[in-house]
Amino acid sequence: MRWDYSPAPESTDHVRLRDRYGLFIGGEFVEADAYAPTINPATEEPLAEIAQASAADVARAVDAARAAAPGWAALSGLERGKYVFRIARLIQERARELAIVETLDGGKPIKESRDIDIPLAAAHFFYYAGWADKLAYGVPVPPARGAVRPRGVVGQVIPWNFPLLMAAWKLAPALATGNTAVLKPADTTPLTALLLAEILQEAELPDGVVNIVPGDGSAGAALVRGAVDKVAFTGSTAVGRDIQAALAGRDVGLTLELGGKSANIVFEDAALEQAVEGIVQGIFFNQGHVCCAGSRLLVQESVAEQVVDRLWARMQSLRVGDPLDKNTDVGAINSAAQLSRIGELVAAGVEEGAGLRQVSCSLPDRGFWFAPALFTEASPAHRVSREEIFGPVLTVTTFRTHAEAVEKANNSPYGLAAGIWTDKGSKAFEVAAQLRSGVVWQNTYNHFDPTAAFGGFKESGFGREGGAAGLRPYVKVEGE
Amino acid sequence: MRVAVAKTYKLYVGGAFVRSESGRHDQVNGANVPRGSRKDVRDAVKIARGAAGGWGRRTAYNRGQILYRAAEALESRAGEFGDDVGEAIDTFVHYAGWTDKLHAVLGTVNPVAAPFLSMSTPEPTGVVAVLLGSSASLPSLVESIAAPLAAGNVVVVQLPESDPLPGLDLGEVLGVSDIPAGVVNLLSGRASELVPALAAHRDVNAIIDATDDAELSKQIDTFASETLKRVLRTESDPLDLLAALTEIRTVWHPIGA
Repeated sequence: MRWDYSPAPESTDHVRLRDRYGLFIGGEFVEADAYAPTINPATEEPLAEIAQASAADVARAVDAARAAAPGWAALSGLERGKYVFRIARLIQERARELAIVETLDGGKPIKESRDIDIPLAAAHFFYYAGWADKLAYGVPVPPARGAVRPRGVVGQVIPWNFPLLMAAWKLAPALATGNTAVLKPADTTPLTALLLAEILQEAELPDGVVNIVPGDGSAGAALVRGAVDKVAFTGSTAVGRDIQAALAGRDVGLTLELGGKSANIVFEDAALEQAVEGIVQGIFFNQGHVCCAGSRLLVQESVAEQVVDRLWARMQSLRVGDPLDKNTDVGAINSAAQLSRIGELVAAGVEEGAGLRQVSCSLPDRGFWFAPALFTEASPAHRVSREEIFGPVLTVTTFRTHAEAVEKANNSPYGLAAGIWTDKGSKAFEVAAQLRSGVVWQNTYNHFDPTAAFGGFKESGFGREGGAAGLRPYVKVEGE
Repeated sequence: MRVAVAKTYKLYVGGAFVRSESGRHDQVNGANVPRGSRKDVRDAVKIARGAAGGWGRRTAYNRGQILYRAAEALESRAGEFGDDVGEAIDTFVHYAGWTDKLHAVLGTVNPVAAPFLSMSTPEPTGVVAVLLGSSASLPSLVESIAAPLAAGNVVVVQLPESDPLPGLDLGEVLGVSDIPAGVVNLLSGRASELVPALAAHRDVNAIIDATDDAELSKQIDTFASETLKRVLRTESDPLDLLAALTEIRTVWHPIGA
């Protein structure tokens, strides 16, 4: 049985987007030579014209950050922290507007941008603000070695799946530790970063401490190769590899938060209803555009049929459609390019013989959509089991023993996250210890918090964001 | 007159003393030294990977005792090494004491804003390649082994090309200590052959680059990027080194129903 809900669209009355946004350099919006529209992926309608930073623009932004660095680093930690606290508060104050714009620009359900992206972005600024005057406690300083210092100018490139939240993950620790920054938002989702620029102005952050240069991959490439002291990148493993190679032989700090193919492991003694909710949350959250998505379901053979049946039934009740509707579970795919990438991988899965089931639901005529899908009998060798799909597509494999589950979970070049479902605490912790992944969720999935470190093993990148561990990449320890 | 027994140096791989599979050797400082090959690198990495899980799963207390025993073993044969052997022994002692303190310094219990126990702990990164280039002192060689081991990793070491003998001698000391087979693997040979092979190996997780050679370091970085290996250059502080050789893992567990 299926119940239909009346539409419950979020009102967009109070959102006032400008027709065009320039580059944010040296504390003000400046014009660029080129502009491109950013569109709503749910309707394909343009939202605003966005400046496209050239390599020269990026260099100008790095210069502005360089000029601002000494003054910013010289502020006392407490004073620096106050600016970062202001940013947190202003994000909270404009939370509703930011949530709507995030959903308009990126296609994610409003309930997610409203309840997760924006509150967590504010929380990250709030958390790191409090570190600013406590760095010597957060980064252990050897007794004879003096002080914790900022690295200088950091270049930061962020993805399109959590636009404002990723900006917060990058900027909050950088600012708290006394660095200045140039941030390059993703080309399909620049809007909330530009609203954040307005917030930075309102917070009276000193000019040049944060510069925001929207543009495509070429702007990001120019930034990471520019005159910066540290690079932080979140995005695909392929681009991360290029960045590491580009920085070869240079003394530039680097942290990479890259792709994943995370296993969600369900043992026969798990609370199965809860596990099914966790599986859904793990892969269909944000249309599966999540680096730590639980995209490989491993189910113990004895309960596999039961779990897949319940999961398939639960998937029928997912509401796919208008991201602005408060009841929507799965919104629009972020871009035409991403939709075609998902389509290509799913076609490869079918061709290689994995059994595809896809929810049959009515999808809007315009925009980019992909109905939630499930591959049963996915062999570990299939492309859909190995490559990151970054869409609402789950593969299912079974296992018999605990050891086989661990081996299958670890059988991936990635090592970002994993889920474990069991009612036995001892088993959960034992399996967690054997998984080569940076985050392990036991009887839950996709929880994030600014106090908790996040990042991957192996080819999921290096360095951590969040918690005290997130301070370390942004500082060096130096004698006074 | 007694004829001295001349020593035939061998590689130390998988707890055994072996010749290079290539059958080649070089003369270095008056001794014949095996000239390790790319195949020796592959064999050593495979063996190291096999040993990594067991070493990482030992208790911190046990790993500390084993590193301390390495210090004891080296002390007892100090006369076979140069003047800096004391510093090398002390380096083992220092890292023996780190194994069960890393968690207190780098780990956290996270006060998350939801009903979960959330904790972040340092975990071994895996197989660490130690690249020493042309020369290295015994204490720095020992540090580049003891630090990864203290953090729960295993190592494959490219011994310094122009002075591999102390490293090979160290292998004989470690071979009779309690360090399990495969946890430390020592390869002599030519840096130009061994360094790229180790830096490019897809089953190496991290690299300690102590080659002090800008051109070689750039090459190492480029190879490392293929599989996103962590590359660390000489760190001036033990904790920096240990932090760079560990992954922080965050585990979440619900509190309540």
